[in-house]
Amino acid sequence: MDGTLAGAMIALGAIGVTLTYSVLQFSNFAHGELISIGAYITYLIAAAISAAVIGSSEALAVFSFGWNVLLAGGVAMALTGFLAWGLDWLLFARLRAKGMAITLVMASFGASMALRAMLELVFSSRPLYYTQELQIARAIGAGILVTPDQLLLVAITATLVGLLYVMWAHTALGRAMRAVSENPALAQVCGIDVPRVVRVTWYIGGALASAAGLMLGLLVQVRPQMGFEMLLPLFAAAILGGIGSVPGALCGGLIVGLSQAATVQFIGAEWRAGVAFVILLAVLLIRPNGLFGRRS
Amino acid sequence: MHVLGLIAYVSGFLSTALMLGIACMGLNMQWGKTGLFNVGVAGFMGIGAYTSALLTTPASAGAISSLGLPIVVGCFGAMLVAGLGSLLVGALTLRLRTDYLAITTFGAAVMIQLVLLNATRYTGGALGFAFIPRPFASIADQPTLFAVLTLVLLALIAFGVYSILEQLVHSPWGRVLRAIRDDETAAISLGKNATVYRLQAFGVGGALMGLAGALQAHLIGFIAPDDFQASLTFQIWAMLVIGGSGSNAGALLGSIVVWGIWSLTGIVTGSVFAAEDQARAAALRIVMIGVLLCVVLVRRPRGLLSER
Repeated sequence: MDGTLAGAMIALGAIGVTLTYSVLQFSNFAHGELISIGAYITYLIAAAISAAVIGSSEALAVFSFGWNVLLAGGVAMALTGFLAWGLDWLLFARLRAKGMAITLVMASFGASMALRAMLELVFSSRPLYYTQELQIARAIGAGILVTPDQLLLVAITATLVGLLYVMWAHTALGRAMRAVSENPALAQVCGIDVPRVVRVTWYIGGALASAAGLMLGLLVQVRPQMGFEMLLPLFAAAILGGIGSVPGALCGGLIVGLSQAATVQFIGAEWRAGVAFVILLAVLLIRPNGLFGRRS
Repeated sequence: MHVLGLIAYVSGFLSTALMLGIACMGLNMQWGKTGLFNVGVAGFMGIGAYTSALLTTPASAGAISSLGLPIVVGCFGAMLVAGLGSLLVGALTLRLRTDYLAITTFGAAVMIQLVLLNATRYTGGALGFAFIPRPFASIADQPTLFAVLTLVLLALIAFGVYSILEQLVHSPWGRVLRAIRDDETAAISLGKNATVYRLQAFGVGGALMGLAGALQAHLIGFIAPDDFQASLTFQIWAMLVIGGSGSNAGALLGSIVVWGIWSLTGIVTGSVFAAEDQARAAALRIVMIGVLLCVVLVRRPRGLLSER
């Protein structure tokens, strides 16, 4: 169950990575920081709501957190989406205009470092928590233990991914995004508003990252490093699934999450972070296009 | 005495800057000359540092290793292991898309960090690796002379690396590299195997990073996994981009400039912020370097000294 949950979280982030990669043609090293930023925005808004509305932070039904956290999570998704777009406008769009693809990767690495340090500067590296309550896991049969929080989070992820897939596969916007990812110049000639597609891509990536941040924050804690530590699993999942494939990123995320849980179980918790690298190497060696990837 | 203290400080500062400059020239070989994007610089430096530490540390109470070989052997060992490590990473990824190399080197650095932390038997784990021999240790009681001699040694090594690299760059081998970077199709059509040349450049760069790591170990006498985190990679990148990628002199200049900014801001934040806020102050310095890097990328993508 821990693996599924971690997998759901990784999948949310990996979808963002795979979208930016396929539409904008670069691997965004700052994606992890979008996760952290989303988590911190959620924290701030949740704290503001609970200060403004008495009782809003009281635990909701069977869950360990109040409705303030859920509402804050939604608002934070919108804000982080804007922020991702703002980062593009401020930095990446200028470099794209100069036509230096790999410089974008470097700039994203610099931005990642700067954003993470900025979070540490403002919030210090002390971990924060959305809720102080502890939950008791219940058995749901077959020897599996879950908490109500975990079930809710898996459901939220499934909904988000489902909505996104419908958008990507069946709407005009999704078609435009796929067209830009295959050939930006041709898409432009066909009358697709490429800047708008780029905007939407960043927006979706940021919003999903924020949702992943909320989940990570609820399950573990909110720290400036939280997103950066997720980065390697995100890349591994996106490449395993095949760059540009939403279902691929979902499967990739689940596989990486489950392998991490298995590593903790059978090898030792200290090697957990190494699993993503091993999977990454295996994919690059055996099937560089990923499970669902197009042949390049 | 005050003047002597200042000389010792400046020598120490320049020694560190030159050590980082060697790693930066290694990165220049990979990125500036060949266009290979390595996000795991700190990892390869870590390999070098721990290799040399294991080879040279003499047997003593509390020491992890007992080989006690000369420092020179340690440095060459570090170059060999880090070079082979980067050849391995390169062989796995160089034929794929350029971004995959970036992601894989990033992953390699994470993995190396993990091994340094967890293979406690050989690395000392999070507590670090101590008792690494330092050059001129016999005169350590005269701090100024010690610092100046260390600086002279570092300067000689850095100059040696610089001369060899310049020779390489102007050799037929270097011209092929440049041709592959600028127009791969043309170079291949002239019968040059692009992957093999790239791999060689990647290995040379990795070996230099290993050398820099070994020098760091011998400069300070103590290393810990925390010394080889992503922020180090980031500093080396900032040095190369600000100095001017493609130019070895730019790499050295960038190292001195960025390390200068880093040390100066460290002095300022050290005196302005209270002791409990020092972690935040360090974060502020990273933000500054990050913003500087992004501004240089947007405003002056060729850096201070660009390739001729």
